[in-house]
Amino acid sequence: MNAIGWPNWRSLNQEGIVFAIAVVLFAAAAIGLPGFIDPNNLVAIVRSVSVLGILALGMAIVIIGRGIDLSAVAIMAMSVAWYLQLLNSGMPDGLAFAYVLAGVLAIGLLNGFLVAYADVPAIFVTLATGSFVFGYVRSQLISQDAVPVPQGHWVELLGGLRFLDIPIEVFIFAGLAFVFFLFLRFTKWGRYIYFAGDNPVAARNIGIPVRPMLVLRYVLSAFVALVAGLLTAASLHSINTRIVNSTLLYDIVLVAVIGGIGLSGGRGGVRNVLVGAALIGILLNAMTIIDIPLLYQNLIKAAILLGAIIVDGFINPRDEQTAQQGDI
Amino acid sequence: MSFRERLQSWRYNLVPDHLVGEILTKRWTDNAIPFLALVATLGVFGSLIPGFFKLTALQDSTRQLGEFSLLVTGMTVVMLGGGIDLSVGSIFALSCFSAVYVFFILEQSVWLALAASIATGLLFGAINGYLIGYFRLRAFLTTLVTFIFGRALFDILVTTYAADVQLSSATSDVLDFIGDGTFWGLSVAVWAAIILAVITHIALTRSRPGWHVLAVGGSRRSAHNAGIRVRRTVFMTYVFSGFCASLGGFLIACRLSGAGPGTGLNLEIMALTAAVVGGVSLGGGRGSVVKGLMGAIIVLTMTNGLIRLGYGTGTNQMVLGIMLAVAVTIDIRWLKNRDKVLNEVYVAPVYLRMGATQSAAAGSGTPYELDNRLSGADHIGLGELEGPEDVILDRDDHLYCGTRHGEIVRFFAPDYKRSEVFAHIGGFPLGLAFDKSGNLISCVGAMGLYSVSPQREVKQLSAETSRSWTSIVDDARLRDPNDCDIAPDGRIYFTDSTKRYDAHDWALDSIENRATGRLLVYDPKDGSTKTLLDGYRYTNGVCMAHDGTSLFFAESWACRVHRYWLEGPKAGTAECVIRDMPGYPDNINRASDGNYWMAWLGMRTPSFDLSLRHPDMRKRMTRRLPQDEWLFPNINTGGVVKFNETGGIVEALGDLSGAAHPMVTSMREHKGYLFVGGILNNRIGRYRIPGADPNWTSPASYWGTRS
Repeated sequence: MNAIGWPNWRSLNQEGIVFAIAVVLFAAAAIGLPGFIDPNNLVAIVRSVSVLGILALGMAIVIIGRGIDLSAVAIMAMSVAWYLQLLNSGMPDGLAFAYVLAGVLAIGLLNGFLVAYADVPAIFVTLATGSFVFGYVRSQLISQDAVPVPQGHWVELLGGLRFLDIPIEVFIFAGLAFVFFLFLRFTKWGRYIYFAGDNPVAARNIGIPVRPMLVLRYVLSAFVALVAGLLTAASLHSINTRIVNSTLLYDIVLVAVIGGIGLSGGRGGVRNVLVGAALIGILLNAMTIIDIPLLYQNLIKAAILLGAIIVDGFINPRDEQTAQQGDI
Repeated sequence: MSFRERLQSWRYNLVPDHLVGEILTKRWTDNAIPFLALVATLGVFGSLIPGFFKLTALQDSTRQLGEFSLLVTGMTVVMLGGGIDLSVGSIFALSCFSAVYVFFILEQSVWLALAASIATGLLFGAINGYLIGYFRLRAFLTTLVTFIFGRALFDILVTTYAADVQLSSATSDVLDFIGDGTFWGLSVAVWAAIILAVITHIALTRSRPGWHVLAVGGSRRSAHNAGIRVRRTVFMTYVFSGFCASLGGFLIACRLSGAGPGTGLNLEIMALTAAVVGGVSLGGGRGSVVKGLMGAIIVLTMTNGLIRLGYGTGTNQMVLGIMLAVAVTIDIRWLKNRDKVLNEVYVAPVYLRMGATQSAAAGSGTPYELDNRLSGADHIGLGELEGPEDVILDRDDHLYCGTRHGEIVRFFAPDYKRSEVFAHIGGFPLGLAFDKSGNLISCVGAMGLYSVSPQREVKQLSAETSRSWTSIVDDARLRDPNDCDIAPDGRIYFTDSTKRYDAHDWALDSIENRATGRLLVYDPKDGSTKTLLDGYRYTNGVCMAHDGTSLFFAESWACRVHRYWLEGPKAGTAECVIRDMPGYPDNINRASDGNYWMAWLGMRTPSFDLSLRHPDMRKRMTRRLPQDEWLFPNINTGGVVKFNETGGIVEALGDLSGAAHPMVTSMREHKGYLFVGGILNNRIGRYRIPGADPNWTSPASYWGTRS
């Protein structure tokens, strides 16, 4: 606190504000909306944000390292669609999964390689690979937009699993969040992500393997996308590849940014993802209960994202000294 | 000559390696890759698809191309300004809807619909521009979000009003003409695209706002420091892009007479890919409208061609993804490594076997034998001077020399303690000569031939000669004018040492050893410059013979002196008068006894002579070793040599101590003294010549005693 008694803005960080808004929104919805506070609805909220949250975890790791992964949704949908297509065409489960896993890791490696070693801005690389992954799988590997899960397959069973009446993906989200928390906070490689995101040149100068770490982040993000895709297929019993053209990608960025993970890198953590996911989950659920049409929901989300980016621009102004050429 | 050396001489002297580097210095190589891609794309799809080049088919595809080109032009301008605009697709769609709404639902005129379209585009462009220009948000994410926002808005509007548009009975001939008609065989969309492209091109290349955009894209900070309003410029690029997208939207509204959920879908990634494939650089500053248009044709031909070849859903995205990734990677790698590649391939050494020479070592007993006389010379301007390449004295005994700082300094007679800057030229003055009326003529390194009047007015005489037909880089420009002398008729003969390197890269030229030195003449009567001789290894000093009918010039890297005849039976030809000297000759000047003084800037070494027979080794050396570990001519020892009219060596002076005059680039005899300069030295030396004529001066020798 300073002498004249202005409020200390530093203690009022974005995460706190968003958390407060989420609580207020929750309270308002609980009072104002019938059926919101119902346990089933609460479970639905948590369930709906768990896939989003898992994707946002992968995105968070990339963003903290001063990157972005626009190919996440394409990888998520297309890898699982290909997997299911392989199963439906009679390939043994183990072999099919090995193929898909190899494909996913290959795309992650490609992303990382182009960003780290070819110095191409992440945003273009992932935009291009996302487009490529969708186009290639859709035109060459699968025959229709939606691919169903085969009868009695473990993915289908996964969707039905409950523990304490709570769907299994909530626990998977929680478990992944905890693992990512440990990784980011307590492992050497996790700390490297922050250093590299804060100032890549300085990180490189003190001997951190910046480039291999970059590749690792994109591989992790691709892997997380595969997990999220499997969970989506589990709960819907099929995967619809049209999701790639939806606004899901921007919802992921929205969760990460609105939770307080600065797009300029080096800031934020798993807690920010949880807060962001909570706010978006409550918001989406409330809008659905009020019966706002999907198109208007998109408009509202876009407006919120725009606001979040403007606020982010003020809170984390771009550093001209460490900004790269072509970093637009 | 051994077989190996013969092979080497064929390989390195006959294969024109140096052309690769020269081609790479050209800016048009930037356009070559997209142009080849364009030709390849058109060729492949033209041959795969029957009737691709038929007029009707072209009519249809060019209409779409016109609309798309408008978008790409806008995107190009934004990218040149260092930004990116992903919202063009949704602006396109919304403008299309505005036109449709005004025309079909409000049933207003087509022109009002056009106005509504443009207003929509400008509004959205202004929002983007305000957020990115003034708020300095990230262009990519901001326009991505305005894209989603616009798209969501468009989806709502289209679903709400689709039925009303269907039911509307509004028609207009103007609308039909814009949508379907042609004018001189081209559709309105193509005309619009062409006109906009021409205007934009002219604006970018020839107007102040256009230059500002390029400057901001090239370097934001420098543009700001230069006083350009960076934020407003960035703002304007987005407004312009919005305007372009709205024109495209209006045209498609006319063509389709409506708007559907698919309008403008995926256009942003197509436009982005087109601009990048065409060679517009990410990060700004490099690119042109033409490049954007080339990219637009490539992308549209590819995507349409694939559809017509019957490939399924998703193929477009796949191809766009590959094209974008490849083009962006090439762009980034090329920008980063262009200079590196150029440095690697530019130096293209040739094979040369130097002739055996006599020793210049003290005690060797040869005419070239260097002694220690110059080490006893007095010094002038010690520590005040940097790089007096040439020295000269006027009729009043004042001493002039050029310096590294781009000045001609004058030391006052008789003691040469006081000095002043005689004239500031800006480049490094090398060779000096006085003409008949007392003007000081100077070859200024990398600039040209200059004249300084006694009243200190600096005038450029010549900076270029005529270009040779086979040159790739512009060899009309004088890259390394080195020394000059003046014939009795007033014509100025001067040398341009190399066409391949600038003056400060003389060491690279010695390593490459390619014969590109020239002898030129400037005629003060009509101001013309002509190339007399070409193809010498670093032409250097020039000196009129005492009788004024021929001149001597030095060929440094070949250690030769030639005589060029101005008159007589051999007029216009050159003959070698001294060959295989042990030192590298520099300037040549007259001596009082009817002989000539010649400076040696350095001495041949067996190791460098050997390396001249191994061009491959020198090539590897320049690529793999840092510059200070290169093998190049020894310039730690030099000297002054006197030779007679027939090329016989009379005597040689040196500084074996290496303290006062290790290398010598010029010397001038004046009233019994020899004034000695060196381009890397910090002084001018004054050496008393025993037995020299104490009244002989150079101006009198050239132009007679003052009347």
